[in-house]
Amino acid sequence: MSLLNEMSQKAFDMGVPISVHLDVTYRCNERCVHCYLDHEDHGEMTTTEIKNVLDQLAEAGVFFLTFSGGEVFLRRDFFEILEYARGLLFNVKIKTNAVMIHEAEAQRIRALGVDTIQISVYSHRPEVHDAITKLPGSFVRTIKAIRFMRDQGLKVTIANVLMTWNLHDSDGVQKLAAELGVHYTLDPTITPKMDGDTSILSFRIAGEELPEVFRNPALVPNMEEFCAPPKPVTSDDLEGYSCSAGHSFCYISPYGDVFPCVQFPLPTGNIREQKFMDIWNHSPELKEVRSIKAKDLTTCSSCSHVSSCTRCPGLAYMEGSMRGPSSADCEKSYYRTGIPTANMLRKSSQAPVASLVQIRPLAALA
Amino acid sequence: MPETYITRSSAIAARMLAGEMMVMNSMDSTFFTLNEVATAIWQAADGLTPLREIVRNQVCEQFDIDPAQAQTDAEQFVSELSQHGILLVSDQPLQDPHAPEER
Repeated sequence: MSLLNEMSQKAFDMGVPISVHLDVTYRCNERCVHCYLDHEDHGEMTTTEIKNVLDQLAEAGVFFLTFSGGEVFLRRDFFEILEYARGLLFNVKIKTNAVMIHEAEAQRIRALGVDTIQISVYSHRPEVHDAITKLPGSFVRTIKAIRFMRDQGLKVTIANVLMTWNLHDSDGVQKLAAELGVHYTLDPTITPKMDGDTSILSFRIAGEELPEVFRNPALVPNMEEFCAPPKPVTSDDLEGYSCSAGHSFCYISPYGDVFPCVQFPLPTGNIREQKFMDIWNHSPELKEVRSIKAKDLTTCSSCSHVSSCTRCPGLAYMEGSMRGPSSADCEKSYYRTGIPTANMLRKSSQAPVASLVQIRPLAALA
Repeated sequence: MPETYITRSSAIAARMLAGEMMVMNSMDSTFFTLNEVATAIWQAADGLTPLREIVRNQVCEQFDIDPAQAQTDAEQFVSELSQHGILLVSDQPLQDPHAPEER
C-alpha cells in the first residue's frame, strides 16, 4: 500500500474528510447534452462565504480539494478563491472545460501550484465534441487551452465521458491525449439529473456495448485481471463499505448544501446555516450512510460481485434506496466478467412469463 | 560557518492528520508524511530563522534530543526535502511564500 493510500485509509477509519469536491457555480458556457445540472444561478455563495467555507475545510483536515462546476472560470472571483485555497495549503484539482483559459490564465494556475487540471474532451472529432457541448468552436478552444497548460508544465488529464454519441471515439481521444502529452481517463457513467430527472440516461451506452470498452487493451491495461470472475466472498468483504462518500469525502454545492458525494444527492445540511464540522459530525443522514456495510445491502450482500463491484451508493439512492443495487454498476459487473449479478437474477426471476397462448380480441388486431 | 535558512515551496500542499504532517509537491506529486520532530522544523521554516536556531528552540528543547545529533538529523531532513523541491534552502534569509499558517 502506498503512503498516500495509507493516509487515505487512516482518514477513512478516523472519519476525517480528507477530500472535498466543491462546486463554485452551476453556471456554464457549455450545454452538454448529458449534463445533470440546472445551470440557472439560484443564489450561489459569495466570495466571502466561499473563503469562510475554505477556512472551515482546512480546520476540518481537508487535504484534497476539487473545484468544479458548472464552469469555474465563469466566476470572476475564481482566481481569488483559488489563491485563497492555495494559501491554506490545499492540494487543489480543477475540473473545467478550459475554453476560457489562455496563456495568462495557464501561467497563473501554474504559479498558484495547482496539482491537476481535468478537462472534458468528448471526441477527437471537433464536430462531435461541439455537438455534445452545444458550443460551436469549443473543441478548438479546449485543445488550445490544454496546450497552454501543458507548456506551463501543469498536470492535465483529459476526461472522456462515453455515451451513445461518442461511443467509438475513445481510441481517438486517447491518441489525442498522447499527442498532447497529457493523461487520459475514461468514464462510461451518465447519471440522472440532480432533481431526479432520468431523461438523460438515454445517452448511457447500452450494456451490450460495454465489453467493447472493458476488453480494449488500450483502455484497460490489466484486462485479464479486470475482467476476471469475482473471487469468493469473505467475511471481511461483507464488513466493508462501498466507497469513501460520507466517510472521508463529501460534496458541497454552490449554494452551500453538503452531500455525501456529487453523485449522491442526499441533503445532509447547509453550510450557510451550520458549521461544516457540525454537519460532518452530527448529520443523521451522514451517520446513516456511514453505518451501511456490504452485509447490510438488500440484494448486493448476496451477490458474488460484492467485493469487486463498483456499486455507487449514490446511484443506488437515486434508484430508490441507498442500501439497494445500482443497476448501472450491476451491468458493468456483468459485462466485465460475464457473470450475472444477484440483482439481475432477482429481476429475471420476477419478470412476467408470457403465456404460450395469446388471445386478443379481433378489434385489437385490426 | 554560514547559517542555513529554510522555507516551504509555494508548490506544496500540507495538512496535519493524526499527528503526522502530510506534504505533497504538486510539481511531481511526491508525497511525504513528517513525524513530530520533522513537523516542528517544517512549521518553523519561515525563511528568516536560521536552521541552527530552529533546531535549538523547536527540537532540542521540545523533544529533549542531543543538539549535535539533532543538527545532523535536521540537515539530512532538510537536504532530502529540498531535493524534492518541498523546502527551499539558502545561506541568506528567504521570504516565506505562505502567509497563512497550515492547520
